[in-house]
Amino acid sequence: MSFARYIARGELARALDDMARGRVTYAPRREGDAVVFRPRAEGEEPLLARATVPPKGVIFPQSERLFAFIREKDPNDPGHTTVRLDSTVDIEPALIFGGRPCDARGFHIFDRVYLNGPHRDPYYAARREATVVVTLACNKAGSTCFCHWTGCGPADTTGSDILLTPVGEGADAGFVAVAVTERGGAVLEAANLPEADAARSDAAQAVHAATQAALDAQSPARDLSATPARLLERFSDSDFWRDMSDKCLSCGACTYLCPTCYCFNITDENDGGDGMRGRRLRSWDNCMSSLFTREASGHNPRMGKALRLRNRVGHKFSYYPQLHEGVVSCNGCGRCITGCPVSVDIREMVVRATEANEETPNA
Amino acid sequence: MPDAITPQAGAHATTLGTGFTDNPYLPDVATVLETVQETPTIKTLRVRIDDPARMESFRFNPGQVGQLSLFGVGESTFVINSPPTRMDYLQFSIMRAGEVTAALHGLKPGDKVGVRAPLGNWFPFEDMRGKDIVFVGGGIGMAPLRTLLLYMLDNRADYGNITLLYGARTPSDMAFRDDVQEWLGRSDMQTTLTVDQAPEDWPHRAGLIPHVLLDLAPSNANSVAVLCGPPIMIKFTVEALKKLHFADEQIITTLERRMKCGIGICGRCNIGTKYVCMDGPVFTYAELRDLPNEL
Repeated sequence: MSFARYIARGELARALDDMARGRVTYAPRREGDAVVFRPRAEGEEPLLARATVPPKGVIFPQSERLFAFIREKDPNDPGHTTVRLDSTVDIEPALIFGGRPCDARGFHIFDRVYLNGPHRDPYYAARREATVVVTLACNKAGSTCFCHWTGCGPADTTGSDILLTPVGEGADAGFVAVAVTERGGAVLEAANLPEADAARSDAAQAVHAATQAALDAQSPARDLSATPARLLERFSDSDFWRDMSDKCLSCGACTYLCPTCYCFNITDENDGGDGMRGRRLRSWDNCMSSLFTREASGHNPRMGKALRLRNRVGHKFSYYPQLHEGVVSCNGCGRCITGCPVSVDIREMVVRATEANEETPNA
Repeated sequence: MPDAITPQAGAHATTLGTGFTDNPYLPDVATVLETVQETPTIKTLRVRIDDPARMESFRFNPGQVGQLSLFGVGESTFVINSPPTRMDYLQFSIMRAGEVTAALHGLKPGDKVGVRAPLGNWFPFEDMRGKDIVFVGGGIGMAPLRTLLLYMLDNRADYGNITLLYGARTPSDMAFRDDVQEWLGRSDMQTTLTVDQAPEDWPHRAGLIPHVLLDLAPSNANSVAVLCGPPIMIKFTVEALKKLHFADEQIITTLERRMKCGIGICGRCNIGTKYVCMDGPVFTYAELRDLPNEL
């Protein structure tokens, strides 16, 4: 499924309106110092800047209701209440515009766990099904980008329905739009766009190649195939993990900014003091928090931040790939690096853990 | 931090499937039939799922767990400690430790709870047929052993000698008193009780479980040891079993972890690549030995 259309720069807002008929569009918008995904009004000119946050919250909301509970007095036994559960959810057809390949690939990392694991997550599945992902290929390499280490890349289409590549300059600026999925094809067809001619398609390829070259020049791609085993070898190297986590504040910014972090908590809330109505919520959680694995008994298998950071890096670069055909659950978007208040750098941890040296046991 | 993306509510209400297979987060509503105050800190709840067809078709294996919840307070994970051979009710025994367990302790017959079950794996009771079984339980760790022990007693001819060593801090910390009395009186199993601190009129053993186990010295020939208890007890009981020449493959235990989803998604109960809620809670010591050391 692949055909190319062309959107002139001045036509982008209209094309988006047409693509998003019947859907809420989430697009980057500047709010204070951050660029975030917000519902876009019809005709609104979308921001093309790379967002500070990934758009994962559109499909995996920061907090969502799993069900409501409603207690009612039992008419046959007034001393007791019955309970009704309501698992109705509002899911609107949506379109995400302007996420980058690293963002879209995040959904693929989720899909492997939430859709294709032993249990299908019905909430995620319904939103994923209802959401079209229109991704913007990168034409610049950010200083903390390392997507080319992780199997992702500046024009990677994994997880996207449509990929837009910015081409041309000035009056000739526009986008080559390629359908990645059948659904993306249908959405693109609906926008009545001209086909992208060979010259423009070539220009898009050139943008991909130039961005890839810029990334390679910035940091040569690493071979991470040995990393899963190396991280396991490092597991008991407490000095290494202490050293790596020395600066860490356990604030969790890295997890909330990550397009692939999918851990959550389940909590209950009451509407009022009488406990007659309330809801069970699923909310993003953060493996860097000391409470994440703390048991009611007080026992905590990951008491110290070194152990928590070890699990975070281990999960992304060792455990997940071992369970998912070598796929790394990090897309190299670099947001955890830019967003970290003390500049903990996951690249450094991965590189140092992967490099065999005399301190590495069993290496 | 930028604030949340809130998908706007619209007129697209979707009712996600009910019943465990469609929506693994939606519990079955169940009713508390009876409660038993086992010890000052352990309370047993016997519950039945309200939907008769669901209760009728409910199947589980010894060692599987469930998420038991009190709506408005939260969920916690407990083993179903009644055996699958006795399906009048599902039994959970709860040690009061945190908010949810304290609230569950306040329940009375007729109160409603949520049950998401069965979750996780189970004791390899089929592979254990024809073998001698050595049960070693400490405190609330007797709960997972109870389901397997009762299952075996209900299928007594399938198993060899059955030995139980059950220990607690004091006599009043021993749960399942009626069961224990019955087990002490049975001629087809050997039951030994021990407490850390014995009052003068205590007719059983005194001393830590691993010491008593070494004294009992069960044979490792054609045997499987099943143990459950606090981490420190497990550690020293495994050492005692090693001294008795039990191989790692002959030692089975169940692990505890903080769990939320129970279906391998929420990401907190992993030990390396293994998720305790899906790959466990039952592990052989040989399996644990090969996991990263994060117990």
